[in-house]
Amino acid sequence: MTDTAIADATVEAQPASYLAAGHTLLSWLTTTDHKRIAILYAISITFFFFIGGIAIALVRLELMTPQGLILTSDAYNRLFSLHGIIMVWFFLVPSIPATMGNFLLPLMIGAHDVAFPRLNLLSWYLYVFGAAFTVYALISGGVDTGWTFYTPLSTNYATGYVIAAAAGVFVVGFSSIATGINFIATAHMLRAPGMTWFRLPLFVWAMYTVSMVMVLATPVLAMSLLLVIAERAFGLPIFDAARGGDPVLFQHLFWFYSHPAVYIMILPAMGVVSEVIPCFARRTIFGYAFMVYALIAIAVIGFMVWGHHMFVAGQSPLANLVFSFLSFIVAVPSAIKVFNWTATLHRGQITFEAPMLYALGFVGLFTIGGLTGLFLASVPIDIHATDTYFVIAHFHFVMVGGTVSAYMAGLHFWWPKVTGRMYSEAWARFAAITTFLGFNATFMPQFVMGWNGMPRRYHYYPDVFQAWHVMSSVGALILAVAYVLPLIYFGWSMIYGRRAGANPWNATGLEWQTSSPPAKENFDHIPRIDAGPYAYDESDHPPAAGDRTLVRSQGETA
Amino acid sequence: MTTDRFMTAASDYATQVDSTFWVLVTISGLITLLVASLIAGFCLHYRRGSNARRGRLPERLAYDVEIGWTVATLFLFLFIFWWAASNQLSALDIPVNSLEIHVVAKQWMWRVQQPGGAREINEIHVPENMPVRLAMTSEDVIHDLFLPTMRLKQDVLPGRYTYLWFTATKTGVFHLTCAEYCGTDHSVMAGRLVVMTTPDYARWTNAQPEADDLAHDGEALFRSLGCSGCHAPTSSIHAPDLHGIYGRAVPLSDGRVVTADEAYLRDSILLPAKDVAAGFAPIMPSYRGSVTEDELVKLIAYLKSLSGGPTRLPPQAG
Repeated sequence: MTDTAIADATVEAQPASYLAAGHTLLSWLTTTDHKRIAILYAISITFFFFIGGIAIALVRLELMTPQGLILTSDAYNRLFSLHGIIMVWFFLVPSIPATMGNFLLPLMIGAHDVAFPRLNLLSWYLYVFGAAFTVYALISGGVDTGWTFYTPLSTNYATGYVIAAAAGVFVVGFSSIATGINFIATAHMLRAPGMTWFRLPLFVWAMYTVSMVMVLATPVLAMSLLLVIAERAFGLPIFDAARGGDPVLFQHLFWFYSHPAVYIMILPAMGVVSEVIPCFARRTIFGYAFMVYALIAIAVIGFMVWGHHMFVAGQSPLANLVFSFLSFIVAVPSAIKVFNWTATLHRGQITFEAPMLYALGFVGLFTIGGLTGLFLASVPIDIHATDTYFVIAHFHFVMVGGTVSAYMAGLHFWWPKVTGRMYSEAWARFAAITTFLGFNATFMPQFVMGWNGMPRRYHYYPDVFQAWHVMSSVGALILAVAYVLPLIYFGWSMIYGRRAGANPWNATGLEWQTSSPPAKENFDHIPRIDAGPYAYDESDHPPAAGDRTLVRSQGETA
Repeated sequence: MTTDRFMTAASDYATQVDSTFWVLVTISGLITLLVASLIAGFCLHYRRGSNARRGRLPERLAYDVEIGWTVATLFLFLFIFWWAASNQLSALDIPVNSLEIHVVAKQWMWRVQQPGGAREINEIHVPENMPVRLAMTSEDVIHDLFLPTMRLKQDVLPGRYTYLWFTATKTGVFHLTCAEYCGTDHSVMAGRLVVMTTPDYARWTNAQPEADDLAHDGEALFRSLGCSGCHAPTSSIHAPDLHGIYGRAVPLSDGRVVTADEAYLRDSILLPAKDVAAGFAPIMPSYRGSVTEDELVKLIAYLKSLSGGPTRLPPQAG
């Protein structure tokens, strides 16, 4: 990185930050600045994260006793459906790409904005429009299909507001597609001079591969939900077996999107962790090229494994074997990434700031989530474990232990860049450790009860499982505290936090070479790049100094 | 209540699944332990300011390490796949001479018909040490019959038959429940699997209220629905003779050859134009809407009885 040139550009003449570019509500709602759009997204998804969180808090409370406490079965079914729909489509899918991706992609490649700034704003309005349908479905009584909308339950039998909920997901899908197209074009067109593909930070690679998956997979979701709406609203018999339709067809279509969607959620998380670990280990990432190939391999093979959701759905045994085989194969690149993150720590100068704690937590929880994925890829194990709490625990290890931990790592890592201020490190470390402990307390018991035969989506359950359910609910309470804490100390930091300086972690990424918060145009003039990322050489990039002043590094070592 | 109703391994297959499971737990426990101790070890040894030796690794070594663990992981995963799959393959063979029990699921109950005609709700009685095959269908949404002690589960679909088969090796009362979310009372769509000794099962069957067996009921339906008007060998209308049809290869008018299993018989009653037997005109009317799932079970049982017994099964294609 041509640090000298950038340092000249940023420190000497400080243009007004993007936050100062307009203070009215209208200035935010009509902005085309990728950084402000990222903030709009962050506020929206945080709102939905807590709505989805309240829904599951009620579910976990209800599950404290085998006969329930306060809810009817219908209310219970609506709450877990709501939790799934909101957490998947209104939080996890947009989480890292729409917030950190939007904010950082242009900064990391040395651009002034994304390729299509107005399309970027449109994508947020699509999100809000889709969210409006979902909120409508929610306040008019909810939806009772589960997040998976399986037919013919969703088309002919469910009594909730299926059409509104499906329409909301349909619309929000186009927001994903718009973001994906924008990121692909940005990565191709707007890289700074000298920023070759193999000098891109891994976060950019993650954004690029995830965009490909979003653009290719999301239309299939749109199609399948449209067919559900057509059957439910107009009686078009696509899935109704009694009129010649095929209910299992829906599952093929749905998982053709929804399995790649798992990778939509995890690839960005891998990107974040690949930025955080080298910074706090003061060590270049181990096996950069393999990390890139692994991202691409996951994105491609991820499209070919959807059938492993249907081992008991009446699929032919031969198809089961093929999908089982491919599911084992897709686990290989994920394993390689875990080994590379671990090896990055080797011979480092490791410090344990909050982002690093979250990132290390990610590696541990993702490892367990991935390994239990191998259990479910084995047909005989899956036959017993599918549709039980074992599956719930598995995918929460990947999506919550994995993606949400990485999201928190990224939030803490780039918070000084976004706001220009530091947060309370002590509280943040406390929250990171609490998250890890609360998470394990919540989901470890679910593996046990799942293998012991506790089916998912059960309002009432046999007494033998009560002890495990109580443990899980207590864990969820700890987790809830760990998720509310950042809201408080981040809020505090926005007003009282210490000024951060351009590069509080003394990190190497291009985004750290501009001011915090960055100027509206990001860079005064576009930087020239002549080396790869992660040049954390001990002499040039010592760990962040105590006073966190901007350390200007001189010269360049690859 | 103890976990026995859930976790007892009540068949040889279940024991086999359990051992696969515990081997996987051991392997992944070791991998987790390896990763965790490497991370913890590195974090301690290479914490900032420690005296550990640092400096660059040779490029070549890093590359070799990378290739090494990629290949090792690939082989380990392929081995687990092969091993789990080969366990599964032997379980795919449908046992011959199995006891065939029909299960019809609906929101939110299981209706069961024993081959002798006895009916049960939310209970399945089976003899031990005898292969049992459940032929299942749904009247409304997708359900899933989950037998935790057999380590088995299978979706139950509307408009189609799916099958589960097992040979119980332990007597006792075990759990049976729905595992595919099916609406309001999904969580109470549960019941009991009762595994009895063979003499007990015989006694239990004899003690059931007098009911004609399925094939008898089916024969009556075959007449009352008018099937016999065309399908009787003496009929003036040109329709296939159904004696011995079950399990036989049937050439179709479009050149395909299908095996006349339950699914074929069912489709031929509900969707007669789908697979027309070679040499016959597509003149049969559809009975969709005019026969219930229970009546279909009886009709098919009758057709099977024309082939010399309800228990002989062809190997399933696929």
